[in-house]
Amino acid sequence: MNRSIKEFLRRDLVVNNLEAKSAEDVFKKISPILLEAGFVEDSFFNGLVSREDKFPTGLSLGKYNVAIPHTDAIHVKKPIIAISTLKNPVKFNSMDGNGSVDVSIVFTMALNEPHSQIVMLQQLMFLIQNEDTLESMLKAKDSDEVYDIVSSFNYNCE
Amino acid sequence: MNKQKLILVACGTGIATSTVVCKKVEDLIKANGINARIIQCKISEVSSYEDQADLLVTTTISSRNYKFPVVNAMNYLTNINPGKVDQGIIEALK
Repeated sequence: MNRSIKEFLRRDLVVNNLEAKSAEDVFKKISPILLEAGFVEDSFFNGLVSREDKFPTGLSLGKYNVAIPHTDAIHVKKPIIAISTLKNPVKFNSMDGNGSVDVSIVFTMALNEPHSQIVMLQQLMFLIQNEDTLESMLKAKDSDEVYDIVSSFNYNCE
Repeated sequence: MNKQKLILVACGTGIATSTVVCKKVEDLIKANGINARIIQCKISEVSSYEDQADLLVTTTISSRNYKFPVVNAMNYLTNINPGKVDQGIIEALK
């Protein structure tokens, strides 16, 4: 199943200028939105917190850093990505265990099939490697603009 | 022909980042003519391959020591100096 990232985005699951004090605070605000939209189980929030604690997802990219929190498949009903741009960066631990990262954009991934969704994941990595795109996401005036930037990005990475 | 090597590719859930890294490692071993097979798994499952594996490639923290070398592949995700990961994998399989 090789679906493009565009099929995992929804306009109503993009939040811009999210005010959060910590990684957990981001999860607290994003989880109910995913629950309400029917993509995850009640347990998703706790799943995110415990997974992030054991296996952090902060990625240091240079000017703007991102996090890609996700959790085990049992907490997920249907795969989706929720995007949040943060009003002020919050600290996530680095994925490789080397300290923490000030994160400005969070891609919360609800994934339920191991070994699949490779195209979407490659596209997401390709997107976050583009500093100009991250910058325009952070400068966007509203969540619609963020959605448009991500969905119209040229993902010709292969 | 050399004995086939076993490479483990692991992340916390075995769902997301290891999928991306798996593809990169497949391409790398193909390009370098390395005889190896890859198993994608959760980091918590790595110890069950302790006696068979030749290398662990992981995006996450490996909290313990294994009998085989460990290469961190976070650079494959950020594309910051990915050549370092390539080199680490090739060296470890020599």
